[in-house]
Amino acid sequence: MSLSREDIAGRLAAANYIADGELATAISVMQLLRRPLLLEGEAGVGKTEVAKALAAIHDAELIRLQCYEGLDQSAALYEWNYQRQLLAIEAHKGTDPDRIERQIFSETYLLERPLLAAIRREKPPVLLIDEIDRADEEFEAFLLEILSDWQVSIPELGTVTAKTVPHVVLTSNGTRELSDALRRRCLYHYLDYPDADREARIILARIPEAGAGLALQIARMVAGIRKEELRKVPGVAETLDWAAVLVGLDIRDLHDDPETVHETLICLLKTREDSARITRPVTERILGRVA
Amino acid sequence: MSCCGTPPSPDEMNELSRFVTDKLAAFLKTLRGASFAVGLSEGQDAAALMAAGYAKKPGLLRSAFKHLFSSRKADWDAFDGLFDAFWLNKRTRSRTAIAGSPAASANPATKSLAEQPSPGSGDAANDQIPADGDDARQRSGEGRAEGASRAENLATTDFRKLSDPADIAEAHAVAARLAQAMRTRLTRRDLARRQGEKLDLRRTIHRNISHGGVPISLLHRQRKQKPLRLVVLLDASGSMSLYTGVFLRFIHGVLDEFREAEAFLFHTRLAHVSEAMKERDPARALDRLSLLAQGAGGGTKIGESLATFNRWHAARVIHSRTCVMIVSDGYETGDAALLGREMAQLGRRCRRIVWLNPMMGWEGYAPEAAGMKAALPHIDLLAPAHSLQSLAALEPYLARL
Repeated sequence: MSLSREDIAGRLAAANYIADGELATAISVMQLLRRPLLLEGEAGVGKTEVAKALAAIHDAELIRLQCYEGLDQSAALYEWNYQRQLLAIEAHKGTDPDRIERQIFSETYLLERPLLAAIRREKPPVLLIDEIDRADEEFEAFLLEILSDWQVSIPELGTVTAKTVPHVVLTSNGTRELSDALRRRCLYHYLDYPDADREARIILARIPEAGAGLALQIARMVAGIRKEELRKVPGVAETLDWAAVLVGLDIRDLHDDPETVHETLICLLKTREDSARITRPVTERILGRVA
Repeated sequence: MSCCGTPPSPDEMNELSRFVTDKLAAFLKTLRGASFAVGLSEGQDAAALMAAGYAKKPGLLRSAFKHLFSSRKADWDAFDGLFDAFWLNKRTRSRTAIAGSPAASANPATKSLAEQPSPGSGDAANDQIPADGDDARQRSGEGRAEGASRAENLATTDFRKLSDPADIAEAHAVAARLAQAMRTRLTRRDLARRQGEKLDLRRTIHRNISHGGVPISLLHRQRKQKPLRLVVLLDASGSMSLYTGVFLRFIHGVLDEFREAEAFLFHTRLAHVSEAMKERDPARALDRLSLLAQGAGGGTKIGESLATFNRWHAARVIHSRTCVMIVSDGYETGDAALLGREMAQLGRRCRRIVWLNPMMGWEGYAPEAAGMKAALPHIDLLAPAHSLQSLAALEPYLARL
């Protein structure tokens, strides 16, 4: 199934994902060339959301592999169900050892992990490999092999070839430099913080009660705060939290209640230095520039 | 759009006119020149994209190509300018875009460096301006803006000492000993501290199939050790010029001997020099370094340089087993309070901070420079170092980190 670019843009909107202009192109190129998409960007710009939206537009299952230091094959690909195997060996004591071996290394005793699950689905799922930069270099190399061959060999079972090629999205925060080989294998998309207009539309899509006027004010205020020198720049999720709080406190216009606006900034500022930096006068200065 | 994923057949290639194919090849060449990692398969995919109707609108083609050819943020930012310059002939816009992008401006510089004459001949230090084409124009423009001070700076910061073979060998030997000591010691300490090993069930069962599944011989799994990473920040300012040569040799050795190491040079700004210093041939390394270190010798802004490091490099180069080694005399010409703050932040991130101060070798020295005072509370080890011998003497201390 291949969708035209217009279809993709339409479906993204229907999936409640407010995309920046180029994402629809990225997705159409991705399905044309069957390459994985590597998303980079600061924490909190909505990288993971892209994968969810992609799953929604293809109406596909989302399989997520969260990477961490020390992630290995048994957590990413497959593992045997050892407890069951041991029980089976005990239960069938005395029977032909070959038969036992054949039995315990069969499908029933295999635990599917995300990578294996992704290539064994009938309908191509969306495979999200989240924060690939947290995994070790060795895992990256292993992943590269799977992403190019689409097959996995399990010594006891044989080679499993992909039934369908999943849509793969990788995300990276840049805590470690990725290998050139992996970068070359993937399409690249850099996600930036949304501009005020787009962020306002995101707020509206998630919290419709906010109303267009307040959403735009919030988005501009956050854009102003992002320009300050902060240790931890607030992401879209923080903006949404803040918007929910303001709506919950029944604020219709930021200028009505600068006091509450300043006090609720704790939703956005997550370190001590940052809260010390955004003092009341700073809040008022930024607020002054918000129409 | 029906040709999903398959490489373009000869027929499809014929669909594109000869002209477009040639033009595409030329564009790929341009991209490679601008340090994009573009291979054969990308070229094929680009042709497939054009055949699939992406070439109808320039905006669409640019966006599609951008995703295909970029592989990092620098590429992503530079691409639009390159594309417009090549396909749409927008000269003015493209020039600013290319000049401003780090990848495009950094790469020609390094390339021309590799082709430069060896600086072993005495007068080389002032001859670092590359002589060829495009790059020379850019460089000479820069030189004019910076004025006459540059030549003087390079003369005072004598990188040429780096190329004496005997000294290099000694520096490598010291670095090798250090690498050995720091690595082994850390491994042992970690082993002693570990609570217990995990049982490797998968291999145990496999091994014991012959025993009917009764786990007789157990197989264990050990957590893999991460090697210690050493990040060296070297002060290359005027006040340090006597010692820069020694430490540069040392850094060259460190990058060679440690399994993981990164090096930075700072004076008024910070430069990442690992790539340049990894050059096997010391003369070449020196060549590339001299360019990176332009402006060395004019004041020291340790605080600002550290801020740059924390903001742009720390997340990438520092992990949980990283030791940061700062080599500086602590004479800060910028804001000492800023230095204190940045040191505190660096301290939270890395495992250990070592500060090597050449001035400490002097009799009656007390850490009284404002910068040194501000940094002192955040340092795990403050030690004197002004020559390779003193560095070697530090080995037992560094090994304990």
